[in-house]
Amino acid sequence: MTDLALIRNFSIIAHIDHGKSTLADRLIQATGGLTAREMSEQVLDSMDIERERGITIKSQTVRLDYTAQDGLTYELNLMDTPGHVDFAYEVSRSLAACEGALLVVDAAQGVEAQTLANVYQSIEHDHEIVPVINKIDLPAAEPEKVRAEIEDIIGIDASEAVLTSAKSGIGIPDVLEAIVKKIPPPKGDRAAPLKAMLVDSWYDPYLGVVILVRVLDGVIKKGQQVKFMQGGTEHLIDRVGCFTPKRVELPELGPGEIGFVTAQIKEVEQAKVGDTITTAKGGATEALPGYKEVQPVVFCGLFPVDAADFEKLRESIARLRLNDASFSFEMESSAALGFGFRCGFLGLLHLEIIQERLTREFDLDLITTAPSVVYRIQLNKSRTDDAREIMLHNPADYPDPSRIELIEEPWIKATVYTPDEYLGPILKLCQDRRGIQRDLTYVGGRAQVTYELPLNEVVFDFYDRLKSITRGYASFDYEQIGLREGDLVKMNILVNNEPVDALSMIVHRSVAEARGRHMCERLKDLIPRHLFKIPIQAAIGGKVIARETIAALRKDVTAKCYGGDISRKKKLLEKQKKGKARMREYGNVSIPQEAFIAALRMGEE
Amino acid sequence: MARALYIHWPFCLAKCPYCDFNSHVRNGVDVELWRNMLLADMRHEAELAGSEPLDSVFFGGGTPSLMPPVLVGALLEEAERLWSFAPGIEITLEANPSSVEAANFAALAGAGVNRVSLGVQSLDDEVLRFLGRLHNGQEALSALDTAQSAFRRVSFDLIYARPGQTLEQWEGELRRALGFGTEHLSLYQLTIEAGTRFATEVRQGAFVPLDDDPAADLFALTRELTEAAGLPAYEVSNHARPGEESRHNLTYWRYRDYVGIGPGAHGRRDGMATLRHKKPENWLDAVADTGNGLKEERSLGTAEQASEALLMGLRLAEGVDLTGLSQRFGIGREALVHPPKLAFYESIGLAWRRGDLVGITPQGMPLLDALLGELVPADLVAA
Ligand SMILES: Nc1nc2c(ncn2[C@@H]2O[C@H](COP(=O)(O)OP(=O)(O)OP(=O)(O)O)[C@@H](O)[C@H]2O)c(=O)[nH]1
Ligand code: SF4
Ligand SMILES: [Mg+2]
Repeated sequence: MTDLALIRNFSIIAHIDHGKSTLADRLIQATGGLTAREMSEQVLDSMDIERERGITIKSQTVRLDYTAQDGLTYELNLMDTPGHVDFAYEVSRSLAACEGALLVVDAAQGVEAQTLANVYQSIEHDHEIVPVINKIDLPAAEPEKVRAEIEDIIGIDASEAVLTSAKSGIGIPDVLEAIVKKIPPPKGDRAAPLKAMLVDSWYDPYLGVVILVRVLDGVIKKGQQVKFMQGGTEHLIDRVGCFTPKRVELPELGPGEIGFVTAQIKEVEQAKVGDTITTAKGGATEALPGYKEVQPVVFCGLFPVDAADFEKLRESIARLRLNDASFSFEMESSAALGFGFRCGFLGLLHLEIIQERLTREFDLDLITTAPSVVYRIQLNKSRTDDAREIMLHNPADYPDPSRIELIEEPWIKATVYTPDEYLGPILKLCQDRRGIQRDLTYVGGRAQVTYELPLNEVVFDFYDRLKSITRGYASFDYEQIGLREGDLVKMNILVNNEPVDALSMIVHRSVAEARGRHMCERLKDLIPRHLFKIPIQAAIGGKVIARETIAALRKDVTAKCYGGDISRKKKLLEKQKKGKARMREYGNVSIPQEAFIAALRMGEE
Repeated sequence: MARALYIHWPFCLAKCPYCDFNSHVRNGVDVELWRNMLLADMRHEAELAGSEPLDSVFFGGGTPSLMPPVLVGALLEEAERLWSFAPGIEITLEANPSSVEAANFAALAGAGVNRVSLGVQSLDDEVLRFLGRLHNGQEALSALDTAQSAFRRVSFDLIYARPGQTLEQWEGELRRALGFGTEHLSLYQLTIEAGTRFATEVRQGAFVPLDDDPAADLFALTRELTEAAGLPAYEVSNHARPGEESRHNLTYWRYRDYVGIGPGAHGRRDGMATLRHKKPENWLDAVADTGNGLKEERSLGTAEQASEALLMGLRLAEGVDLTGLSQRFGIGREALVHPPKLAFYESIGLAWRRGDLVGITPQGMPLLDALLGELVPADLVAA
């Protein structure tokens, strides 16, 4: 174990893409954790999808040994965190395990929405914050302006901010010195009963469930019988260690240290993040406060394109769940799409990522239905049923409207941070989405605007729209603020006079007509012409609010076909049948899967 | 057993820009060599499928009217020796309506040909130039005249639904064509086939093919005018006075066996699909080496045969006999044509049912390919 005075635990936090992972690379390299040959870019982003998209999804922790200018060797525990808002819970866990944070700010972009969100969280933890102004190599870098922004907007002293280029390795020694000098060492009592925080857990095919812990008091070591205070289960520790980033086994972890343990646990579920670990005998009596449990906020149906793949989908989802306890799933059946799963996600990026991993890692073709949020509905008493409350995850389960006393929908507080020239369109966007403006402040050439918005209006395409109207310059962060009553209705989409359950959605009455019109127009383009004309309607109850018609096909025939052409003609027919297999038959209408997916991308004009 | 013989002559004077047939332009063809090789290829098939007399022979191409009449005569003589000819046999030859070729018509008739199919394509000189044809309208008319006096049965082809073609233009042209009094007409909508010069030109934007909507209107007009003139459509693009249908081509559509010899010729022999080498030189080499021009002989499963029978048979106005097909291939009727789909398309007027017979209505015909995709079950196609 290491002397407390020689330990430094810190997170690297920033807005998305400001260079956290690249900075982590340089710190690992500078302290010799990996040689230049072992190094790759953003080495901690180990998932395929992280590497491909160039973003961090999961926090990663590494231990570095650093010999400082004072001649002492320090144990640095570095936690690289994701920048995207969907994964904010990863940041908050990491922060809870540290005493300080490196706040990375892009020297060209300046302070952004997640910079603020993350730094405020860090401040709440009483962290020592070390500002790092990164990417100073960029021609557009304005480190002095950014320094002033950090002081004016966040209100922390940035006079000693370290200037770096993580990409070209400038300023790295200064960062290391600042960590040692500014971030306080952890506190803890080696003699006290074991108290360790379960920071994270994941499934490793070789080791089983791996648990990341931060020891507060006492010592955790191999052979120890421990107790998960919340979970109430007991386990035998069979491995203790840390990542450098290579996996290294250690005899023990003492107070103030961060590392991993394994205890022959098979399911991540059993090692709940936020739990307190203590010894089975003579352990701590009071558990740590734990974390707020993350709740999925966006739901959608995932169906196999080929119904025969249902079992494969079930297995694949279960496998992914092993490593990502933050999404939920339950079986669902749809008249149009057959059997599939209703899945809950932390946000749209999370949804996209899970969908992509299923497609790629498990080689599945999927149909994704329109995303929706969770509604709380108060039902009246009926002849057969008592008055009660239901949580609605799926528009298909929308109850008989006459029984609905009250519907509530989740609201969020959204903070948009933008160069002020884009303010006009942003306000209009928020207004169109039923937003209520709460705050508007200017600092320098930038504006920070706070809106309360129904989550329902955000899950569709708010983020895409925001990006496009501000050419990517605005940033966006949100937190949930609870449920509010809303005039919400279920909109059905009828194709050839039959409702298609997978296309139904819950919308606010005020926007229903526009949505319905848009949906009908999109479907008109997406559903190919058939042998008969196809009416497409959007309806609320029995009332049609929008309508389009797909004209009938007029000509599709091979003009010339004699003896020699049979084989060719048959190939054509085979191809046609293959194409059909990728569509869903609804009545006599074949709807291509893109039509379902496109519902997701509604408002893109 | 095959009662129809197809002979392919793969040479043309020039390649037409819309043509994707197996046609080739060559300077000088060794007629002697070709005669020997075609005879050898024919004998090979006669040995395997030669027990019944022939009902029809068809010389297709390419441009078979460029064959020396003595060659045609020699081939027919050998065919008759190998199979024998049924009484009233139909012997058709495809011909281009140039004056040079028309000069041969009498000799061809003397060699045994009793029906010609003339590639007139259009009566308008400008259109003929667009279609890359070597003849003009006047030549076509006199060739037609010569043909009508030389052969008892004459048919000719026209290509319509051309870029920019209006209903009025086509009505005028078709009425003139019907006025010539032939008992058979083949009226094809222009199709841009992959790999043709037209396909390249369309890609480069040289012209825009006619849209499906006006093309469908032209199709309907064609049906109306030919019907009124007593030459109703008996197949998607073929029109005849009743009894004057092309017997040879009906063999294909009714999915009966046929022998195909010469480069690229297809055949069906007892559940076997035969295919010959396409390139003339390769075919010649193959016959020289092995005594026949076969490139491939593939045995077709009953499901595959049934799907072929359906996709050919439903081209015909007479439809298909589901019970007959079911017995012939040992496949249940429901597995041949999807019953609920049939009922649905019948209800909207695109298909019909009469006892054992199932067919496509005139309204359904321009949509045949899409209808086949609906009516023929996926299992049958995939098998
Ligand atoms: N020019 C320049 N580019 C940099 C620098 N640091 C990082 N980058 C680039 O910025 C992009 C984002 O870097 P990352 O390190 O992945 O950023 P991140 O903050 O970890 O991103 P998330 O984890 O997705 O929030 C990459 O293309 C890096 O190469 C720098 O100092 N200079
Ligand atoms: S004459 Fe007939 S076979 Fe020859 S190229 Fe023209 S269309 Fe093709
Ligand atoms: Mg990162």
